[in-house]
Amino acid sequence: MTAVSDASEQLTSTRATPAEKRATAVGIVLVLLAAFTFWAFGLDVDSGFESQFNLSLPGARYENLSWVVDSRAVGFIVALVLAFLGGFILRRSHLKWTNLSLSVGLALFVFSFLTWAAADGAFSFVGMLTSTVVLSVPVTLGALTGLMCERVAVINIAIEGQLLTSAFVGTIVGSAAGIWVGLFAAMLTGALLGAVLAVLAIKYRMDQIIAGVVINIFALGLTSFLARRVLAQSQELNSPGRFGSVKIPFLGDIPVIGPMFFDHNMFVYITFILVIALHFGLFYTRWGLRSRSVGEHPKAADTVGINVYRTRYRNVILGGVIAGFGGGFLTLAQVSRFEENLTAGIGFIGLAALIFGRWRPLGVLAAGLVFGFARALQQKLGILGTPIPSEFLSMTPYIVTIIVVAGVVGRARPPAADGQPYIKD
Amino acid sequence: MTLELRGITKQFPGVLANDDVNLSASEGEIVALLGENGAGKTTLMNILYGLYTPTAGEVIVDGKALVLESPADAIDAGIGMVHQHFMLVPVFTVAENVVLGDEPTKRMGWLDSRRAKKTVTDISGRYGLDVDPDAIVEDLPVGFQQRVEIIKVLAREARFLVFDEPTSVLTPPEVERFFEIVNGLKADGKGIIFISHKLGEALEIADRIVIMRRGKTVAEVNPRDVDEPKLAELMVGRPVDLVVNRTESDPGDVVLSVNDLTVLDDRGRNAVDRLSIEVRAGEIVGIAGVQGNGQTELVESLTGMRPSLGGVVRLKGLDVTSKSPRAIHNLDVAHVPEDRQKSGLVLQFTVTENIVLDSYHQAPISRGVRMDWGQATDRALRLVEEYDVRTPSTEVKVSTLSGGNQQKVIVAREFDRDVTLVIASQPTRGIDVGSIEYIHSRIVEERDAGAAVLIVSSELDEIMALSDRILVMYEGRVVAEFDGSASTTDIGLAMLGSRPDEEAS
Amino acid sequence: MSDAEMPQEPPAEPGIPEGEPPEDRASSEMYRRVTGIGTSAGRAMVVPALAVLTALIIGAFIIAVTDVDTLSVWGDDPAEAFRLTVSGIFDAYRALLVGSVGSLDAISETLFAAAPMILAGLAVAVGFQAGLFNIGVNGQMHIGGMAALWVGFTFAIPAVFHVPLVIAAAIAGGALWAALAGFLKARTGAHEVITTIMLNFIALFLVDYLLKSSLFQAPGRNDPISQPANPTSVFVTLFSDYRLNIGFIVALLAVAFVWWLMYRTTIGFEFRAVGYSPSGGRYAGMSVAWVYVSVMAVSGALAGIAGANQVVGLEPYRGISNFAGNVGFDAIALALLGRSHPVGVLFAGLLFGGLRAGGREMQGAAGIPIDLVLVLQALIIVMIAAPELVRAIYRVKTPDQEITTVTSTGWGA
Repeated sequence: MTAVSDASEQLTSTRATPAEKRATAVGIVLVLLAAFTFWAFGLDVDSGFESQFNLSLPGARYENLSWVVDSRAVGFIVALVLAFLGGFILRRSHLKWTNLSLSVGLALFVFSFLTWAAADGAFSFVGMLTSTVVLSVPVTLGALTGLMCERVAVINIAIEGQLLTSAFVGTIVGSAAGIWVGLFAAMLTGALLGAVLAVLAIKYRMDQIIAGVVINIFALGLTSFLARRVLAQSQELNSPGRFGSVKIPFLGDIPVIGPMFFDHNMFVYITFILVIALHFGLFYTRWGLRSRSVGEHPKAADTVGINVYRTRYRNVILGGVIAGFGGGFLTLAQVSRFEENLTAGIGFIGLAALIFGRWRPLGVLAAGLVFGFARALQQKLGILGTPIPSEFLSMTPYIVTIIVVAGVVGRARPPAADGQPYIKD
Repeated sequence: MTLELRGITKQFPGVLANDDVNLSASEGEIVALLGENGAGKTTLMNILYGLYTPTAGEVIVDGKALVLESPADAIDAGIGMVHQHFMLVPVFTVAENVVLGDEPTKRMGWLDSRRAKKTVTDISGRYGLDVDPDAIVEDLPVGFQQRVEIIKVLAREARFLVFDEPTSVLTPPEVERFFEIVNGLKADGKGIIFISHKLGEALEIADRIVIMRRGKTVAEVNPRDVDEPKLAELMVGRPVDLVVNRTESDPGDVVLSVNDLTVLDDRGRNAVDRLSIEVRAGEIVGIAGVQGNGQTELVESLTGMRPSLGGVVRLKGLDVTSKSPRAIHNLDVAHVPEDRQKSGLVLQFTVTENIVLDSYHQAPISRGVRMDWGQATDRALRLVEEYDVRTPSTEVKVSTLSGGNQQKVIVAREFDRDVTLVIASQPTRGIDVGSIEYIHSRIVEERDAGAAVLIVSSELDEIMALSDRILVMYEGRVVAEFDGSASTTDIGLAMLGSRPDEEAS
Repeated sequence: MSDAEMPQEPPAEPGIPEGEPPEDRASSEMYRRVTGIGTSAGRAMVVPALAVLTALIIGAFIIAVTDVDTLSVWGDDPAEAFRLTVSGIFDAYRALLVGSVGSLDAISETLFAAAPMILAGLAVAVGFQAGLFNIGVNGQMHIGGMAALWVGFTFAIPAVFHVPLVIAAAIAGGALWAALAGFLKARTGAHEVITTIMLNFIALFLVDYLLKSSLFQAPGRNDPISQPANPTSVFVTLFSDYRLNIGFIVALLAVAFVWWLMYRTTIGFEFRAVGYSPSGGRYAGMSVAWVYVSVMAVSGALAGIAGANQVVGLEPYRGISNFAGNVGFDAIALALLGRSHPVGVLFAGLLFGGLRAGGREMQGAAGIPIDLVLVLQALIIVMIAAPELVRAIYRVKTPDQEITTVTSTGWGA
């Protein structure tokens, strides 16, 4: 065996591991952000401007809480911190801290951006956080639908169509028979489309992405067709009313936290409960163990007597119920009428949240909140009247989605059998 | 109590996999089922385990005919199976894998992980298996994964255990340990069916040997009455020469030199760790080792499929470290990849398209961007003839060919030029004896024509039959070197990571 | 060597169909290679034909149950209600037929509508053959169309130069926008399905922004609408009095080009090899990253031309919000119906062009919203992509066909 030579020892250190390359990229991004922050949110802001962040909503028990900062100083301080973080990461000595530094850096950058946007003005910080939670609901529910399916290795691209169709059915039934019946009908619709996907993917082993896309086209076509042929003639079928907010006593009065989490309609609460229930269900129960085994190694599951097909059918259909619930939220709580293509890509953003959340319920919730924040930001900035054109603000959630799936958080491992039909004999 | 398979026939579209097969096993008996790849052994076992339904015939336990429609039925009948490809969920713990499908639970389906772990430790203790219930399966060595499979079967109170090619992933010392475990099970009154294509092992462990050929049971013998050549003849249907005919090697200049190569695997660990080797013209160097010790990553790195983290690879003195696959191919390197279906071939392409897969961008197959399909077909027809590829036409999809013929398509494509270096990974995995003999002789021919040859195989027999020099890889490093005449025991020990030279230094 | 012919045991892992008799595939494969057209034509048409038929039957059912006025009649006079329902369906489908092939004008309208669909369908088909699912045709049409539009109203040069220049701009715009998704996939593993959908939305907003910017907006307007393209840049009509223009000729040329590219060049060979097996392609020395980027670029280029057709091939030759409409999504159905083969896409495009032209007639004459066509399309694809469904319904034996290659296995992220 050949002896170790000094020359090659040096070569060893010249090539970077993927983790090191990533650290370099993240470090450069942070330094660039620092430079941009310094210039745009620091130098470019008139000195003496103050940004006021309102921490309570009008009419709350503790009114008129607010936080005022020197706009320019925030820009400079954030730029400094970003530059420090960037330099730290570029040294590549603490590779484990790459993601944390990136998250902290991005959060600071967004804060600095808000300070700039609110310079010489006031900004409802709590209002934005509250809408973040509300707007995260459909994305999270969509992602949970995907989670139910992909954990048993069925890719569900049809979430968008499930949300759209169930929102439509919820509107009509809700208008005719009351919102609770409407919600039930919406969930049933979601389940039905889930069953269609399941049959196409499991029984007919159709390419799952194609199956999902087909369901989406079908959903869009059918709801638009019916909206024009039925809803247009009978407007009374397009006003179902909506589920109101239920403020939780005491908790709802806590500043900031109260309006954010404890003063919502029941969809918001149930979404949070569902996330926690799925977390424990997936990782601590028999159902979860079996479901995950079907998603990771269906043949292994089969050989110990687990019915792979039945497990897949059941979970995909249950996922459909969740999507139906999300569809119900859209037309029975968020707005109370149906419009053509009102989902506008929420289902696909949910898919991105599933990947961002690494196929875990808690991760999905966190991802959902990030997307909710992006949408809330877009809305609030529109009100503030920044020089940024509204079209670009509207693009925000979609751009965030691309950045997320392109791997801001590094790569995660999907269920091993994801997307593969199981063939038995 | 006995388990009996009577008159089993299984017809796949166009293939008669099992034809009136009979097999039985009693409690406390080890029956070896011998047959070469493609003889129908696995199909038979899948029928026994309820994965396939037979076209005809029945499975009888204790005199009662059973209808096995799913593995659950087989488990209920006391039949357990240790599959060749382990049926373990890699990301689960040992305990989770063992209880899967039969989970101890508290209220509302809540898993009782304490009872699950106790099941594992109990069985592990009883048979001396030494398995940690909390370990994640994908982190365990292959030998231990196999023990997890055994625990899984025993936890379901199986009376009959079927082992499908259980030793193919084990080192010789591990095989010995495995035989002890199997004998322990036998002493405990379990009936055991041992499926293998390795003659020596069947002779060593079995009480009875049943031989299958082309889907039929052709003989049943007592191991005391036969020897290896006789078994081989029964298995293949003609006398087989078990030794590859080759002359002494005459090594020339160094062709491939690898210095301190470090390569990461997909999970970011050093799969190849400062490894150095040399291969000379006119010699065959075999790399032995248990699968998963960095061989895959080594070959991928040498052929440009995986970037290296450190070290230098030289080909005839030229630095080719982390060069592209095409650049390395253009230096007359032939590469027979580990997984013919995944990377060696494009399965949905025709034989012709696969034959020109590496040369489609060069004249005469193409000029500029225009493909000349006439030329491509001519080459395919010539190579199919020359390399004895059995195919109805060069225009059929390569996926319709048998494994041996698929592998010959690859060998034909790769060897059809003046090759300086051959890198062949698992060149004969899962193919029939005829094709194995043919491919081995072709490799030796390349050596004799002056090529340097690097063989990677987890089949120690293959390494020993072909190699002029043997290197043993363990945890990403070469831990020992032997000449072609070394003993299996020494190599086997090295495969477990013990270095013969370590005590000396 | 007598054993070499022995068939392999079915492998433990699923995925590869084993032990199927090779003869059927062999002959169809050779036929495909010789003619460049799909499997033996007669049998190959069975599934698509039955799929279209079934879709029309289900469509009839949908028309019937959504006929609000007639539904109330069933209680009083079932016979009358039945008559009304049947005549409703009859009227709708007659309008569909008349509007698509009932006159020279109808045929012109069908071909006119088919042109962008064929182009967009080819875009999706090229992606399919290389294993990429380009759902972003809509966005690529928008970007390509905007580029074409800009060239169209900025320059004033003779039509012989202007029209090709417009097409070149459309190709560049669409190709760049699509290549972005290819690059993201190659570089980061981001799945093209998600990135292309997101790029659709982004393109949509970008177009709205541009249409209101001074660069594009028609003078004196406040809404998002562009200046008209110069007359020298628009797609000239082929016959006076009919709308059919050279866009259709461009589409036919694109069909021929894609066929040549995919089956007769080394580039197409690489596209298909990587499409079937990325690891196989990599092993053979192909750059998978390059293939992803260039496949998306070719696909986007075709989409870009389709986008150009929506502005310089369509009165009033201006850009408006969402000018690509549904064509980008019809394209997916079309590529599936045409089995990702250029000639198949051509015929599928003619069918869908007919549905579109007829659908407008149906909406005008029979009052059935044209969205029904979307429903019909979705039903057609389901049955095309899951032919077992058709076999189950009609109990027919049809050949296994697979030119479409996309197989989704996880997200690769």
